[in-house]
Amino acid sequence: MRTNNSAFEIINGKFHINFRWLLVYTIMLALVAFTALPLVYLVSTAFKPFEELFLFPPRFFVRRPTLKNFGDLVISLSGTTVPFTRYIFNSVFITIVNVTLTILVSSMGAYAISKHNIPGSKIVFGIVIAALTFPGHVTSIPTYMTVASLGLLNTYWALIIPKIAVPYNFFLMKQFIDQFPNELLESARMDGANEWTTFWKIVMPAVKPAWATLLVLSFTGNWNDSSAALLYTNKQAMKVLPLALQTIAGGAAASSLARAGASAAASFLMTAPTIIIFVTMQAQVMTTMAYSGIKS
Amino acid sequence: MQSATEIKRQSLKGFEKFKFSTTLWWKKFGTPTLFLAPFLILMIIFIVMPVLISMYLSLTNFNMIQPAKWMGIANYRVLLTDDDIFLIALKNTFIFAGITGPLTYIMTFLAAWVIDQLKFRNAFALAFYAPSITNAIAMSVVWMMLFSSDRYGYINYALFHFGVITEPVLWTKDPAYILWVVIIIQVWMSMGSGFLVVLAGLRNLPPALFEAGSIDGIKNRFQELWYLIIPNVMPQLLFSAIMTIVSSLSVFDVPTQVAGMPSPNYSAHTIIAHLYDYAFIRFQMGYASAIAVFLFLLSFTLSRISFKVFAPRD
Repeated sequence: MRTNNSAFEIINGKFHINFRWLLVYTIMLALVAFTALPLVYLVSTAFKPFEELFLFPPRFFVRRPTLKNFGDLVISLSGTTVPFTRYIFNSVFITIVNVTLTILVSSMGAYAISKHNIPGSKIVFGIVIAALTFPGHVTSIPTYMTVASLGLLNTYWALIIPKIAVPYNFFLMKQFIDQFPNELLESARMDGANEWTTFWKIVMPAVKPAWATLLVLSFTGNWNDSSAALLYTNKQAMKVLPLALQTIAGGAAASSLARAGASAAASFLMTAPTIIIFVTMQAQVMTTMAYSGIKS
Repeated sequence: MQSATEIKRQSLKGFEKFKFSTTLWWKKFGTPTLFLAPFLILMIIFIVMPVLISMYLSLTNFNMIQPAKWMGIANYRVLLTDDDIFLIALKNTFIFAGITGPLTYIMTFLAAWVIDQLKFRNAFALAFYAPSITNAIAMSVVWMMLFSSDRYGYINYALFHFGVITEPVLWTKDPAYILWVVIIIQVWMSMGSGFLVVLAGLRNLPPALFEAGSIDGIKNRFQELWYLIIPNVMPQLLFSAIMTIVSSLSVFDVPTQVAGMPSPNYSAHTIIAHLYDYAFIRFQMGYASAIAVFLFLLSFTLSRISFKVFAPRD
């Protein structure tokens, strides 16, 4: 049997230290420090009052936390035509619409391919697998031309439509729906359920871990994406949170000390939601990921 | 020899057959086809067609205003022989990918293997995975404070403090260091979905596998790893390999955030940076398409090779 090993154990009422596992845990904790400290620093800095931001020698942890940086963040853009709330709205709106549509479109398509022998299914899935093997940047030029020729530049459509069909989402959904027993579908059809009811009432509730995973991945991808807004819009009012952050942190006023706190606060606002949403869904994500291997 | 009427009759028959089968198709696969249609149409418009169009455009001179002018392979010839900056971008990408790719791939697997055997594995998994879902722009705020090129930067301060350096190191300005700063950040962000997939694959291995292994004379964890675990997580390892190949060839955000674009002496210039430079700054879409197709072929070929490497062997 495989057990989860502990560095400390109690055998016959006596406390033992297993030095081999103690070493393993120590190495792993050192690696956790490497991965986690920049994030801890990000959080800590977002809540630092002005005088702690510019201490010398620098101090890692915040001593007297304050929310003032978040207030500065809103104020830092108040002089410009586009208020900070507009960037938040853009990011939240685009992310929610994209996540909803990609889950819907991928799971409907994956169900059709997985549970109905539509001729050509193999070819479609082959294209999906092939599309996993090159960076999305490859298609950026014709996609730009398509968006431009449809007259979608500077609209929300440009930030939504090209990002709905994500091959990875489809792949993940299909692999998971493959596990769903065909007998259940048969009996639902016997009971006279139509395709839509079968999909919506029987398949979707059963594959909750898969769409919860898509929710996490697609939320992260869309929330972090700045290239779509950079390419398809040139109006400041259409920009998203990462680009606003870039304006605050860099730009003409980069030297202004007041901006350091504001940009730390904005970085925190960018980062926290993705991690929170992953933590909430972690169990579902791990269930789904087990089926995400590719059989060559 | 067939007469003209014979041919006509046959083609009509073919047409009737076609007509017949569309009705049958609709009866049999109507709803599923409608289910698949939205994804399929979007994938054709935004993935399949763009790849084909890029291939065509790469053989032309095209600036989005005048019609595309056929150039044959001229773009590729310039790209591979005359464009010194592309060769720098290629070299940088190969250095980034050549170091971070294999390193993170092995780290991903070892980390997943070890974490699977520990207590608090969800907490460990979260700590390793979290960096990969951060945004390069947001994190640059942290990197700029850590790697700041004056005495106030945390790393410079620490090195001063321990007497390692006497002059501040220009982490993000000196080409010799930029490379390493980018590599460290890329490694930091590398435990992405490939890591989760391998971890989940390990977790789902049946206990019976290990019981059988101990009967078959598996003596230690490394034998167990080699003979039992790796052969049974091949699909996850292949997935992780492809994710690593694609992400290490797409290095762009981090170097741009750390060193700017263009970076000092193009020391952080990558294939994708070059692609964006020609496509969306100079609007030389034909030439930029040649860069895109080059990247496509490179990534696609490497992934095909991993399909072969991870093919089941009997």
